Amino acid sequence: MTPLIEVRGAAFRYGDRQVFTGLDLDVQRGEMLSILGPNGCGKSTLLRCIGGALTLNAGTVRLGQIDIAGLDAGARARRIGFLFQHHIPSFPFPVLEVVSMGRAPHLSLFGVPSSKDAQLAEEALERVGILHLKDRPYTEVSGGERQLVLLARTLVQQPDVILLDEPTSQLDFKNQALSLKIIGALAAQGVTMIMTTHDPNHALLFPGKVAMMKPGGVMLTGPASDVITDANLTATYGIDISVYTVPRRAGVGGVGADARDAGAGEIKLCSPW
Amino acid sequence: MILMPAALLYVSLFVGRYPVSPLDVAHILIAQMFPIAPDWSKSAQIIVLQIRLPRAIMAMCIGAGLSISGAAYQGMFRNPLVSTDILGVTAASGFGAAVAILLSRNALEMQLIAFAFGLAGVMLTYALARVSQTTPVLMLVLSGIVVAAFFSACLSGTKYIADPDSKLPAITYWLLGSLNAASVKGLKLALPPIIVGSAGLLLVRWKLNVLAMGDEEARALGLRTEWIKGGIIVCTTLITAAAVSVCGMVGWVGLVIPHIGRMLVGPDHRALLPATLSIGACFLLVVDDIARTATAGEIPLGILTAVIGAPFFAYLLRKTRGSWQ
Repeated sequence: MTPLIEVRGAAFRYGDRQVFTGLDLDVQRGEMLSILGPNGCGKSTLLRCIGGALTLNAGTVRLGQIDIAGLDAGARARRIGFLFQHHIPSFPFPVLEVVSMGRAPHLSLFGVPSSKDAQLAEEALERVGILHLKDRPYTEVSGGERQLVLLARTLVQQPDVILLDEPTSQLDFKNQALSLKIIGALAAQGVTMIMTTHDPNHALLFPGKVAMMKPGGVMLTGPASDVITDANLTATYGIDISVYTVPRRAGVGGVGADARDAGAGEIKLCSPW
Repeated sequence: MILMPAALLYVSLFVGRYPVSPLDVAHILIAQMFPIAPDWSKSAQIIVLQIRLPRAIMAMCIGAGLSISGAAYQGMFRNPLVSTDILGVTAASGFGAAVAILLSRNALEMQLIAFAFGLAGVMLTYALARVSQTTPVLMLVLSGIVVAAFFSACLSGTKYIADPDSKLPAITYWLLGSLNAASVKGLKLALPPIIVGSAGLLLVRWKLNVLAMGDEEARALGLRTEWIKGGIIVCTTLITAAAVSVCGMVGWVGLVIPHIGRMLVGPDHRALLPATLSIGACFLLVVDDIARTATAGEIPLGILTAVIGAPFFAYLLRKTRGSWQ
């Protein structure tokens, strides 16, 4: 099966600094890929190149066999949703209005969202579990809820793939857990996602593939259990890290149906001890 | 929204130093459309139609134009302290007008020269701010400061070499802002850019919401940010240059009215932009009525807008403690 996203021979440099070179990546439709690595290794840069916000110096990113370099902003936004690491809140727009902005790539230059678009926005809010916040100013909800608002906005774009750049790095423990559960639920529903994270524990939460990136852009790709090992983590992060396997309680994790379906089993945890 | 400016326009036609009764004003206006026997003096008709009506319409259009421009810029720059002169249009237009006075041009020529200088000033700012095919907001603001400072210096230069008995006072009074030169001809010159600019801004009003999320996010949402930002700059510059070229430097309108609009209808630009049009039109019309009736002479418009605008903005700052709402 041809992958939905094919990255071939990707290279990028900022001025003289080569961030990565000769990178290959495949993501199948419905798959969740976590790009894992220490801060500064070039994960976010790679994600931006896949999203088309930055242009590769060499190599190609193909989405459904179309080279994304040839797409204009609107066509790209209809195929790729991007959740940014930092969001500086602006005006106190209502949550529903912010989510409706995800319809922008589907509207004409002077277009305004219709009631159908508002309906789609409400459905997206329902999917991330915060429909009750729809009339609140998005500047006044918690950081985790705001991240979910922005995630709902990418869902409303109805893209082929959603790129998440360190979606939890600005959040406290509770809000990290909330966001990760929602992302896990979307992954279980078959939403294609690529997420960057510096925390191997976050990558281990999801059943998808992991791409581990070292400074200099060397990459290991494969199922989480194959890639996230003591040896690879220690080599990548430069300090000793151990992976533990612990029993998982039934009915915990994910949200909604995903939580009920989750049977007893094993989960893996990483720790410097 | 439409009734309030219309009512104020009617009131503006009968207040003033030459008394015309409200009934006569109504008759004079109706007589323009239906033939009725004139029972009012010729001079009342001239004052209402040739002097007060163009001046009142000019005040409303300039107030509305400056306010919608300010609201668009505050959204685009994501900054509550931004007003229409951020990119140097006011300073450049002012310099142009001063040069026109120095060269003893008539009022219409002066209006055209000031308008052209305003456009040129913003083009210069935009060119300065261009970095590898994008115009980052910070670069725009800094370039605007540079260009405004340059034209302010040029303006000071023209004042320095101006004849202190005739030209210097003319320049100084013009810069203080006034609508007493408003004429039907001037109106015909100034209205098209203000109407075109305002219409342009109204067309992209929802895109302003998306743009307020920041350039990078707006691009990820499929906006061609450079085109939209460029379009907004063109629209606001047309409006502001036209306004400054008619009435001199009238500050505070573009800064304060959008805040009042946000208090009344919220931050959504779909509602905010039409609201600022209406509020701005009412505000400048009332201020101009005060300017021409409060004392025996004329109070310069720029002084009044600042005297009213500054304390009001101070009140807003204290009340909101610097947040948006």
